[in-house]
Amino acid sequence: MWNIKCENMEHLELKNLQSERLSNLIEKLYRKVAFYRKKMDDAKVSPSDIKDISDIRKLPFTSKQEVLDLYPYGLLCADMKDVVEIHMSSGTTGRPVVGAYTANDIELWGEAMARTLSMGGVNSEDIVQNAYGYGLFTGGMGAHYGAGKIGATVIPISGGNTKRQLTVMKDFKSTVLTCTPSYSLYLAETAAEHGFKMKDMALKAGFFGAEPWSENMRREIQERLHVKAYDIYGLTEIIGPGVASECEAQDGLHIQEDLFYPEIIDPVTGEVLLDGEKGELVITTLTREGTPIIRYRTRDITYFLTGKCSCERTLRRIHRLLGRNDDMLIIRGVNIFPSQIEHVLFNIEGVEPHYQLLVDRKAQLDYLEVQVEVNESIFSDEIRKLEGLEKDIEKELYSALGIHTKVKLVEPKSIARSEGKAKRIIDKRSI
Amino acid sequence: MLIKQISVFLENRAGRLFEIAELLGNENINIRALSLADASDFGVIRLIVDKPEKAAERLKKEGFSVGLTSVVAVEVPDNPGGLASVLKVMTDAGINVEYMYAFVEKTSDNAIVIFRLENMEKTVELLLGKGLKILQEKEVLSL
Repeated sequence: MWNIKCENMEHLELKNLQSERLSNLIEKLYRKVAFYRKKMDDAKVSPSDIKDISDIRKLPFTSKQEVLDLYPYGLLCADMKDVVEIHMSSGTTGRPVVGAYTANDIELWGEAMARTLSMGGVNSEDIVQNAYGYGLFTGGMGAHYGAGKIGATVIPISGGNTKRQLTVMKDFKSTVLTCTPSYSLYLAETAAEHGFKMKDMALKAGFFGAEPWSENMRREIQERLHVKAYDIYGLTEIIGPGVASECEAQDGLHIQEDLFYPEIIDPVTGEVLLDGEKGELVITTLTREGTPIIRYRTRDITYFLTGKCSCERTLRRIHRLLGRNDDMLIIRGVNIFPSQIEHVLFNIEGVEPHYQLLVDRKAQLDYLEVQVEVNESIFSDEIRKLEGLEKDIEKELYSALGIHTKVKLVEPKSIARSEGKAKRIIDKRSI
Repeated sequence: MLIKQISVFLENRAGRLFEIAELLGNENINIRALSLADASDFGVIRLIVDKPEKAAERLKKEGFSVGLTSVVAVEVPDNPGGLASVLKVMTDAGINVEYMYAFVEKTSDNAIVIFRLENMEKTVELLLGKGLKILQEKEVLSL
């Protein structure tokens, strides 16, 4: 454990620490950030109302749109002379999200990432091949600061140039890989093409984040790269990577809640949900100085796991992300995430995770069709068997989702492949 | 004794069947027999062709899901009651037919029926023992 005091804190002590940090933060934000002052005035909350961490519910949420509207400096809480670094998201949806970091923020970031890497057993003996992109993107620098804090050797190779990645990995005996999960598989493929043997590499662990991935993908990565694959979570709005990550138990992501206060809310009503209830993750940066944020709606869907982790950390765990709020479908009043369907398909022998969801309304009722590609391993020349397969998948989906679906088998490759975000959902309902 | 049948998964979409027929034609692959089985929104086409491996490979390359299955071709007298006489043998022997389809020979008095049966290998022995005429692969392909 990198920081036993913080990662193994008693509940009450943690609560006191969070309360103190929150009230300091709110006092400062009210004074220094016009946006938050106005928001709190509108909500008729004053800094003196915020004494305990539970008072956080009195505060308004911050939305992604608000963050985008505040580009470039609207969220800045520190004096410019204290800001030492600025990062930005890629801004594929328009304006980028901006994060400004003071020297303390960089310390904090390194701390959070040192905890993250330590959770997967990284120590000063390790050689970390950091294949996250360096630059405005938070991945590269975040992993860099964390590995540096631990005292590990960093190879700041950044992303791309895959053949060189493999040569470096082999020659310098990198023991740890940090990159996106999809890039790790691309590395494995390239290795196979060019005669590199992944099992002969010194790699033991990989820290993969910045895009959603699944349990099945983990299995594939672990098999093909011969590493233990850890899911790490973070976002530019909060700090970058290091917000939450898996320990060696690989059973949920410990959230660094002394630094980043998490809540799970109902995305429709905004009501705070109980442990175990699925909803949108909301985070407050308790100690950020540059661009702190209150109750940021991440749009990521997850839930708090209950019970103690086998690693002894007391930091609460969230389930691996189930999807984005934006992907959520409401079918006959039930919230459905494509990832739940993916999970069911993954667990059916031979079925590939290439699927598409068609939502329509028939006789005033929502109707969900799940199109599944027929590959060689599930194909049969007997109609009876194929229809049986459709029925079996429908049954599995029903037990996972609680609603009836129609499974339709389609020809292989008929569902469009895409590099990044696959077009999984066709919603024909006109509401 | 067993002959190779290729089968292809098809969505119920206009022109799919044509694409398969055209593809095989362009590859100079001759279709000896076929049957189409359909469910509500998909179908399976089963084909006996003169170059089954090549056909399967080409279709796979085009992105189709293709299966190779063993079937048996039985000669059946081309007259009333001909099929019944063959099926009686199977029924008496307790053999289940998974599916079957027939085609008529151009030059003889016999029809050919393609059968997919339970436990193919064992069943074929049994049928031979009962005096049924089972065609060899090259006989079927040269028809």
